[in-house]
Amino acid sequence: MTNPPSIDSLISDFNDLGVQDRLSLLLEYSDNLPELPERYLDHPDLLERVEECQSPIYLFVEVNEDEKVNLFFSAPAEAPTTRGFASVLHEALDGLPAEVVLAVDNNFPDELGLTVAVSPLRMNGMRAMLARIKRQIKEKTA
Amino acid sequence: MPVPFDPSADFAEYAHPEVLVSTDWLAANLGATGLVVLESDEDVLLYQSGHIPTARKIDWFTELNHDVVRDYLSGQEFAALLSSKGVSRDDTVVIYGDKSNWWASYALWVFKLFGHADVRLLNGGREKWIAEGRELTRETQSFETTDYPVVERNDSPIRAFRDDVLAHFGNPLIDVRSPQEYSGERTHMPDYPEEGALRGGHIPSAASVPWAKAANEDKTFKSLADLKALYLDEAGLKAGDNVIAYCRIGERSSHTWFVLKYLLGFANVRNYDGSWTEWGSSVGVPIVKGSEPGAAPAPRRQPRVVL
Repeated sequence: MTNPPSIDSLISDFNDLGVQDRLSLLLEYSDNLPELPERYLDHPDLLERVEECQSPIYLFVEVNEDEKVNLFFSAPAEAPTTRGFASVLHEALDGLPAEVVLAVDNNFPDELGLTVAVSPLRMNGMRAMLARIKRQIKEKTA
Repeated sequence: MPVPFDPSADFAEYAHPEVLVSTDWLAANLGATGLVVLESDEDVLLYQSGHIPTARKIDWFTELNHDVVRDYLSGQEFAALLSSKGVSRDDTVVIYGDKSNWWASYALWVFKLFGHADVRLLNGGREKWIAEGRELTRETQSFETTDYPVVERNDSPIRAFRDDVLAHFGNPLIDVRSPQEYSGERTHMPDYPEEGALRGGHIPSAASVPWAKAANEDKTFKSLADLKALYLDEAGLKAGDNVIAYCRIGERSSHTWFVLKYLLGFANVRNYDGSWTEWGSSVGVPIVKGSEPGAAPAPRRQPRVVL
């Protein structure tokens, strides 16, 4: 497993901060989760529910012609932690080649330094999102 | 100094109307001397994303649970925590939160382990406040820290341990989990995997009353008549019963504990916070699978091992 530079810099961004500031940074990500494009707004059936998350979150993965990955998420404002995780994954992985995303360390969410503030169960939710992203990529590049 | 009670007629029918405040009351009393408002959520970022003006955050995971032992804070740690939140022993504390006050009830129950006298819930919690279009802010107000006294935790009146449950058979138990967890089909609640137990099912003789049945659509507590129908007529509780409620780790059952103790007025009701994650993995304790409560085994009385 090798992480792209985008993940290494996220890990150091979070770990350079104190615990409260890590949460503030996660909230910033949460606030900035990109809106769904219209083609998914009209077709919620295309989105995949992440069952492992406590709050309803849906994701969709596109692999374009040059094998680059685009990610789309939908999560309610009243689930800011889940939105934050989705937004961090978007920041780390969107636009990368499929093979790079598939090689990402499955446990990188644990290295963000959030386990001291967020219950283990929620961190599982972020790992589950990553696992589903990888699965969708495999299905779409098979 | 405590703040006067909410005289709302909506609460008058409950056994202890003084433990609830309405959104109107809170809006009118924000900033009152002697009032501290605390938000207790499941989602660790929800408070930061916007909260009731003047409210301070209290976190069940990092602040109320003990860091190492599966237990709550010691008297000393609780005093340090409340001092850092600017709470005085005689303050009125109003707690609210997400998910029908599920985590707010849990925080209230922990405050009661330390005998804080005046703790109230905002009826309807965070969701009702927001649904009414009331103000939320991201600004945290500065406040003075206090010198909260060290009070030893007094578990026995409201907290049951595993051995207390074994000795309790023959008295009513309420299982507040989902029907699938009760029957043993699941060992965790829907959407919450990996916080399960080794066996699925319920404690013998426990009646199934999922906790959220006590809440209305708008997240307020149901009327006294509805609550009586639920817990007395359907679950078979009788006035004067000695009751233990449990769930998975003791948080959902805090909501039911609150309803039984303060709204219906049961004097003897305890929350078994070890709950199914302990019972369902414990060696040698009886369980029942399926949707029937099953018969109560003979009570087992054994001295608790004091470490």
